[in-house]
Amino acid sequence: MPLLDIDNLSVTFQTAGGLFTAVDRVSLHINPSEIVSIVGESGSGKSVAMLALMGLLPWTANVTADVLRFDGQDLTTITKPELRKIIGSQMAMIFQEPMTSLNPCFTVGFQLTETLKIHLGMNRAEQKRRAIELLELVGIPEPEKRLSAYPHQLSGGMNQRVMIAIAISCNPRLLIADEPTTALDVTIQAQILDLLLKLQKEKGMSLVLITHDMGVVAETAERVFVQYAGQQVEQQSVKGLFARPHHPYTQALLNSLPERSNSRILPSIAGIVPGQFDKPEGCLFSPRCHYTTNLCLAKPPLPGPADFGYALCHYPLLEGVPTNYPGEVRA
Amino acid sequence: MKGDVVLTATDLTRHYHVDRGTFRTPAVLKALDGATFTLMKGRTLAVVGESGCGKSTLARLVTMIEKPTSGMLHIGGTDVTAADKATLMNLHKTVQIVFQDPYGSLNPRQKIGHALEEPLLVNTPMGKKERREAALNIINLVGLRPEHYERYPHMFSGGQRQRIAVARALMLNPHIVVLDEPVSALDVSIQAQILNLIARLQEQFDLAYLFISHDLSVVKHIADEVMVMYLGKPVESGSRDTLFAQPHHPYTRALLSATPVADPFRIKERIVLHGELPSPIAPPSGCTFHPRCPSMTDICREKAPETREIDGCRVACYHPKTY
Repeated sequence: MPLLDIDNLSVTFQTAGGLFTAVDRVSLHINPSEIVSIVGESGSGKSVAMLALMGLLPWTANVTADVLRFDGQDLTTITKPELRKIIGSQMAMIFQEPMTSLNPCFTVGFQLTETLKIHLGMNRAEQKRRAIELLELVGIPEPEKRLSAYPHQLSGGMNQRVMIAIAISCNPRLLIADEPTTALDVTIQAQILDLLLKLQKEKGMSLVLITHDMGVVAETAERVFVQYAGQQVEQQSVKGLFARPHHPYTQALLNSLPERSNSRILPSIAGIVPGQFDKPEGCLFSPRCHYTTNLCLAKPPLPGPADFGYALCHYPLLEGVPTNYPGEVRA
Repeated sequence: MKGDVVLTATDLTRHYHVDRGTFRTPAVLKALDGATFTLMKGRTLAVVGESGCGKSTLARLVTMIEKPTSGMLHIGGTDVTAADKATLMNLHKTVQIVFQDPYGSLNPRQKIGHALEEPLLVNTPMGKKERREAALNIINLVGLRPEHYERYPHMFSGGQRQRIAVARALMLNPHIVVLDEPVSALDVSIQAQILNLIARLQEQFDLAYLFISHDLSVVKHIADEVMVMYLGKPVESGSRDTLFAQPHHPYTRALLSATPVADPFRIKERIVLHGELPSPIAPPSGCTFHPRCPSMTDICREKAPETREIDGCRVACYHPKTY
């Protein structure tokens, strides 16, 4: 049984300019102790989908889903107090900016023991012992001294370690990491990714890694979901995705990576991600796609079959060539 | 001519004094400590390193925003450290910069056309009509449309803003353009567009680029020469092909192994660096990299290594890997 079951999750925001769909019918199924990555550019709704799951969106957001089930519990009908017991303990999240996600006014120790007190009901001595244990686990030197440090006294990498310590303090079943290394240097990024993978293995957690960095995806995840403009366009195993992408967007994205190109001029994707006011009628990727036909412009596509990675495309790619394509393939 | 030297820096150094309170002597922060390099027409020198390694200080020195503490800087044959005000004014025109954050580097109250014309207004005797023509020309050149002339920065996406920033840098026909992390704030698909644009412009105008970045995959794509810096010092420099195929310095090798590569089939050597970047106010003795170095010995702690040449790369290490 999957640990997390999401079917057709949509998030819309009521804005001054009308209804804005940030997440459009996204489905996720995550098994226990699996590493899954959600990849997409900014504005693809990857963070918002996970924030919706965690219940961290503001009241302006309208979240709907056919199924939203965590560990057998239906999150759509659950009461607020019940939900609060799950969030932060069973299901935890770490964010992109370690400097801004910790409260600058409180010590690291205070913020770390807060979860222990609320979720596990530990007394002060136990809290302190566990906090030191956790800081040791995430590789912070001299943990006793660090408990009384404020976030500004620690470096970005150390703060991210503290965030991870807070997130894993209640032994969560699912850890969502939202761009955990984007703000960090490469050598520190490698340390943090190694730490996350080590903890994932030791504790048997499921890990959802939200990122825009294809390199990070290739090196850490087992399964990948690709999002574009709020929609899920493809899901596959990592090796399958990099070897045989089925959606034209994935193909174009991989081709535009400098490290996969041999020529001085990169095959870039023209144009930009559609915003609130210029969403095309048919396929959302049609204005930027190589293979656009009249059908693409007129009708939004449906997810393809499983062996095509559920690619959201009228002509999902097979070995880099669109299938059922009318006429000659250009480019 | 392509390959002509346009800038030479010898032992370029910049130290800052940092106040530590009334009763303590100010500390000396060695932001840049002895960088030697040349820039050539039509070629790209990439400077790579983590935050705090002195990349941006280097950019400030090359663009003459600041004067070096010591060392020599020659731009187009003129010694910058000894130049008078009038010469400097002229030199400023030949070196331009593109900043990392396209949101912060454009004035939100200024129309794009005006932002592009400002360098001309300040530095040239051009009339209003000529300036407008030049701005429209460059707008076209960087792949924007003429109607963008009348618009404000908030009406553009990140990629378009970076195009504007590149356009503004080119207004005075510079010989050298410093690109300070020009694509790190952009999405992958937009990043490719901007990289293509700057590659095309380099070809067209024979520009010398000083490309500052922390992303090695971008550097591998765009650079001709690469200089790796650590705590204000260049630790290894050489041609891109040698440096990426045969990295000698342990830090270069660690950096390369830490960079994620978008290829799940690759089996990689993993060198994990322990610890973090030390404070540049109190750098470690001897070789500044020694506390994190996997091949450290006693001598590394005592004396800083001299830069020497190995296989065409300049390496500052006692124990470089040889091939």
